[in-house]
Amino acid sequence: MIDLVKRESPKDKPVSLFVTCLVDVLFPETGKSMVQVLEYLGVEVNFPAGQTCCGQPGFNAGYWNESRRVAAHFLEAFENAEVIVTPSGSCAAMVRHEYSRLFSDDPRRLAEAKRLAGITWEFTEYLVDGLGITDLQGRLPNSQTFAFHDACHSLRLMGLGNAARTLIGGLDNAQIIELPEHDVCCGFGGLFSVKMADISGAMLKRKVANIHACPAQVLSSDTSCLAHINGGLQQLSEPKKVRHVADILAEGIAGKADYHTANSSIGGEG
Amino acid sequence: MKVQSNQFVNLADIAIADPSLQQAVSKGTQNAVSKRMAAMFEVSEDHGEALRQQAAAIKRATLNHLPDLLEEAETRMQQNGVKVLWAENAAEARRHVLDIARQHHVTRVAKSKSMVTEEIGLNDVLEQAGVITIETDLGEYILQLNQEAPSHIVAPVIHKTKASIEQIFVEQIGMPATQDAAEMVQYVRERLREDFLTAEMGVSGGNFIIAESGTVCLVANEGNARMVTSLPPVHVAVVGIEKIVATLEDYVTLTQVLPRSATGQKLTVYTQMINGPRRDHELDGPQHMYVVLVDNGRSDIYAGDYAEALACIRCGACLNICPVYQTTGGHSYGWVYPGPIGSIVTPLLSGLENATPLPFASSLCGACKQACPVDIDIPRMLLDLRHDLVENGKTEGIWDLGLKTWTHAMSSPSRFELGAKVASLGARLYPFDNIPGPLRGWTRHRGIPPFASQSFRTWWKNRQPETDNTRE
Repeated sequence: MIDLVKRESPKDKPVSLFVTCLVDVLFPETGKSMVQVLEYLGVEVNFPAGQTCCGQPGFNAGYWNESRRVAAHFLEAFENAEVIVTPSGSCAAMVRHEYSRLFSDDPRRLAEAKRLAGITWEFTEYLVDGLGITDLQGRLPNSQTFAFHDACHSLRLMGLGNAARTLIGGLDNAQIIELPEHDVCCGFGGLFSVKMADISGAMLKRKVANIHACPAQVLSSDTSCLAHINGGLQQLSEPKKVRHVADILAEGIAGKADYHTANSSIGGEG
Repeated sequence: MKVQSNQFVNLADIAIADPSLQQAVSKGTQNAVSKRMAAMFEVSEDHGEALRQQAAAIKRATLNHLPDLLEEAETRMQQNGVKVLWAENAAEARRHVLDIARQHHVTRVAKSKSMVTEEIGLNDVLEQAGVITIETDLGEYILQLNQEAPSHIVAPVIHKTKASIEQIFVEQIGMPATQDAAEMVQYVRERLREDFLTAEMGVSGGNFIIAESGTVCLVANEGNARMVTSLPPVHVAVVGIEKIVATLEDYVTLTQVLPRSATGQKLTVYTQMINGPRRDHELDGPQHMYVVLVDNGRSDIYAGDYAEALACIRCGACLNICPVYQTTGGHSYGWVYPGPIGSIVTPLLSGLENATPLPFASSLCGACKQACPVDIDIPRMLLDLRHDLVENGKTEGIWDLGLKTWTHAMSSPSRFELGAKVASLGARLYPFDNIPGPLRGWTRHRGIPPFASQSFRTWWKNRQPETDNTRE
């Protein structure tokens, strides 16, 4: 149920970044962090300029005709892509699980939708499951403790969970503890956060209370959760901020030449 | 019970503002979740996944053969001396039970917990006909005293604290004040004993009916169901048609996952298998047994796109794990079945137009599907119901407009860029205040996300030549 799409290895193929609409306008730093990590690994990165959104907001709201139009645009924007990598589990899940439903009555697009479903990866999943990298050979300047908010769609639709922990845990100077209720939803849910704002707000409050009490820097690998939780922290004048896993990984490799040099210099098996 | 599901958002706001309810529901659901997890992990390290998938497969196979299995169950039950009555809708089900009561000159009924009798509104009809009807499940008993509906399908009083229950007992049945739960239970127990002994008819639900043997199966913890089904001279089991299982073997699997998922027990304290009324050589048990098989919309569900919803074994695991249910409690859902499964079953049984908010009462986090012992894809069905609402024009105009604008913006990168700039400007114009329009819900609980001074797209555009140069 978790992930039935069979995928070919993405190794040695150029990566088309799908930065998501949120990263594009709210968190461009996270997009840059991804580029930094991927180029450090020697991966060729491109950014299909036609990209906008995966169509998930409309789909989850029940507006499938509208979502289909946006998704069709996505298919065109990524028609030349060989591998798609995105910093958001729920956007990856949308392409991977829902596109074939959206285009079930459109054979031409369905074939392309299935192709893209097979080549779309969430960022940490791409590194760990796709490239087989568990240790980036990175080092943080100071000792830091991290905890994770598991994004629902990464965890339950994509079956991820350990990839982000593995990568962060592989950095020197990084310790990991668990955030209480780390797998409980932050209350975002797209339209849910607006349509059922008070219920969503109560769920957010609970997440923020857990983060407040947690001594670690909380990380997530989903940009929607980030926007939502940080909005909640801001509203309660909480100085903490949840950060994206990619940003910490980029800090860990900052100043390093490239992965293959770093890896061979300590005798690892690149 | 009148459907109030269109009031979901308002009812939820009341629940959120009720600290006693919040405390009770939070404690009750968290307790149930940890017990379920422990009981499922006990089966195997992978959270009893194999058992869960086995149960899921059984329920689906059963649904595939439901019409045949129902006929088989009817035949076997009749052979066992049970009178089987079919009810197409709630009114017919009520009429059947009332007719049985009249036929046997019944003035007092003892009931064990049954959601389907809540669904058909049985108690009111019996009371109106002058039949005294006593709920004997402790939770249901409390609610009957307080004239309330259950807020959970397994733990009907999950929304109440011990203090509020004490108050009900003191005020309604003259219990001497006590904080001690055991003392409260003892007091009610003694009163109920009298009700069991004087009842002329017992009414129960049914967790399963085994088709091959015509056995009505019940799971219960308080012993009241056993009293209700064995002491009075007449026993009526009211059972939804989806509760059929094919074989004893299938039942053995399901009767393991049900208590583990519901209350974290390997088996409930009482696990009953009833094969008909008292036989000639037997000394006890009811002389007459009836089974009322209730359709009430289930055939329509069966014939449509949501048949999977009929696989539900009513364990309540999806309610307990759901962060929305944990926040709103069960009454907010406005009908008999709350929580994630209720958000599907309520629109299907009582009409989509009578429950338009419920398919949206979910962040689609997927915890319900993960907890479900028969792996019902609840998030998938919620999405489909949302789609049905849109297709049938049952959404508010403001969202129609919003989503159309979104589509327009997202179908072109230049419009997307322009839209982002407008939004960014808007966020600067209303920096700390409520933004106007339908998005104001967001700003009640969250700050407006800070827009970056330079988008990723612009940054990439600017860095490209430099990268290209290095390559060459």
